[in-house]
Amino acid sequence: MADLRESIPQGAAAMPSRRRKRDIGGISPLWNAVFSAAIGLFALSCVFPFLFIIIISLTDEKALAIDGFSIIPSKFSLEAYRFLMQSGQQMLQSFGVTVLVTVIGTILTLYLVSTYAYAISRKNFAQRRFFSFLAFFTMLFSGGLVPGYIVMTQFLHLRDTLWALILPSILNAFYIIVMRTFFATTVPDAIIESAKIDGASEFGIYTRIVLPISLPGIATIGLFSTLGFWNDWFNALLYIDSPNLIPLQTLLIRIQNNMDFVVTNSSKVVSYDIAATLPTETVRMAMVVLATLPIALAYPFFQKYFIQGLTIGSVKE
Amino acid sequence: MPGILKSLLKNKAFLLMVLPGAAWFIIFAYLPMFGTIIAFKDFRIHPGGFFKSVYESDWVGFKNFEFLFSTDDAYIITRNTILYNVGLIALGLVLAVTLAVVMNELLNKRLAKMYQTAMFMPYFLSWVIISYFVFSFLNVEKGVFNQILAYFGADPVSWYNETKYWPYFLILLGLWKSAGYGSVVYLAAIAGIDKSLYEAAMIDGASKWQQIKSITLPQLKPLMIILTVLNLGGIFRSDFGLFYQVTRDSGALYPVTNVIDTFVYRGLTIMGDMGMSTAAGLYQSFVGLILVLTANWAVRKIEKDYAVF
Repeated sequence: MADLRESIPQGAAAMPSRRRKRDIGGISPLWNAVFSAAIGLFALSCVFPFLFIIIISLTDEKALAIDGFSIIPSKFSLEAYRFLMQSGQQMLQSFGVTVLVTVIGTILTLYLVSTYAYAISRKNFAQRRFFSFLAFFTMLFSGGLVPGYIVMTQFLHLRDTLWALILPSILNAFYIIVMRTFFATTVPDAIIESAKIDGASEFGIYTRIVLPISLPGIATIGLFSTLGFWNDWFNALLYIDSPNLIPLQTLLIRIQNNMDFVVTNSSKVVSYDIAATLPTETVRMAMVVLATLPIALAYPFFQKYFIQGLTIGSVKE
Repeated sequence: MPGILKSLLKNKAFLLMVLPGAAWFIIFAYLPMFGTIIAFKDFRIHPGGFFKSVYESDWVGFKNFEFLFSTDDAYIITRNTILYNVGLIALGLVLAVTLAVVMNELLNKRLAKMYQTAMFMPYFLSWVIISYFVFSFLNVEKGVFNQILAYFGADPVSWYNETKYWPYFLILLGLWKSAGYGSVVYLAAIAGIDKSLYEAAMIDGASKWQQIKSITLPQLKPLMIILTVLNLGGIFRSDFGLFYQVTRDSGALYPVTNVIDTFVYRGLTIMGDMGMSTAAGLYQSFVGLILVLTANWAVRKIEKDYAVF
């Protein structure tokens, strides 16, 4: 925040500030009401669709067939969730894949980003300009989808492996910029200098002094990364065929047009009769709810760190 | 030579720190950049692996580009990509700044905080999830829109087959998803404006509107310029999920939903035309690079402090 202030030129000459008033003149109550209502409406539109999906997932399948998607269903039912409890093996498998990929991916991201960003944030690192450029140039130019795809499949041979979901997304220049700015602004040079005089090695300084005081920055990157892995479906779309390795978001794509995928992979005892009477539409929506719930519940608590990250990221050095 | 060696040795702790990240950049960013030369080749997969495949494929010069630009596709995807991005960047800027300024003025700060939390929600959801949201409104038989039409006695619309509505849908959804995210940065900047400026203005009898026009907006200008320059650099890139998932990859909608990213993806996965898809990707990256350098150069000309680099 302090940086953001610096990046804004203080144009007009500031008058010598007199007694500081707490409220520097608000808008009139009428305008306040109008604006509150307008923004409130927009804010509502941002959460309403999710609530609507929850309602649909709790609707009785037959009522849904007659009435269509409705805010106040004529009949509620937990059938969709019951079905997922009984024969949701594919859902469970995908849930596991997503959790595993998110955890491994985030740990690797934090390791790569924090070490790289710390090194290039230190002014006594002679090659810092070269390695800064190595990272930031990737923001300006990229080889594109196809060469990346060929490298993944022909060079690294990672098609249909868990690593195909992790490795392409564990690093990007934006994370490094945020983290480097964080190190440069919050870690005082004096601490590092005094540690050096006490004979600490560069690694010792990094692990024992810099990391502990940089936890808010680490948390920010960790959350960006967690969200990215949790919401990723593109890598799986490109590289994954095996049902065992399909993450949640990609499972949701596969069931968009048919539910066979869930049924055939879930349980061998499901016969065609049962498949025909599947509560398909509500099960789909129930799966969307279950895939979103962790994020929806967690994010109000983490919003602060996100905002911090966004604010730091938009500041130039 | 010994000088460089000595410097490397002296910095070996830092070099070990950047090593894993640098290796990642080389494999996942610079190797694909090298791979773009297959845009000038007739790419064939060789059992000998990546380098062998690239090396053994025959040079064809600009054939892939000629093929790309000889069809209508190149024009349509370029037009769609640019128009959607211009719309999203311009309207997104106006929306984000307006929301930030107005939210900052709301008298009930608790309410403003709550609104902010709600508006941030779509940013945290994937386009796959949002495509289901959209589906609940646009589904032909059960969707909300057709229910409303039926209520007024109108015929149902097959939304996923009607191109004329989608430019509006896509722009609205793009704005909707990023409004909360966009306004946060400006809100933080407004919070950082020197309060004495407003006090001085009030002593001079300036109204709230005059204060916003003469203090808040000019103070936000550098940030607006920086973020817009960065966005302009991405004018040749699109949010793949918005154009592919939300439209449910509906073929009938391609004329208004096909952008460079979806074109390259389909070229790779459906047609398997590696050479032409790479050419399209290189065209995208190359023009994008020139645009961002030009935008930055132009800004630097006007006001040096506002340039991004």
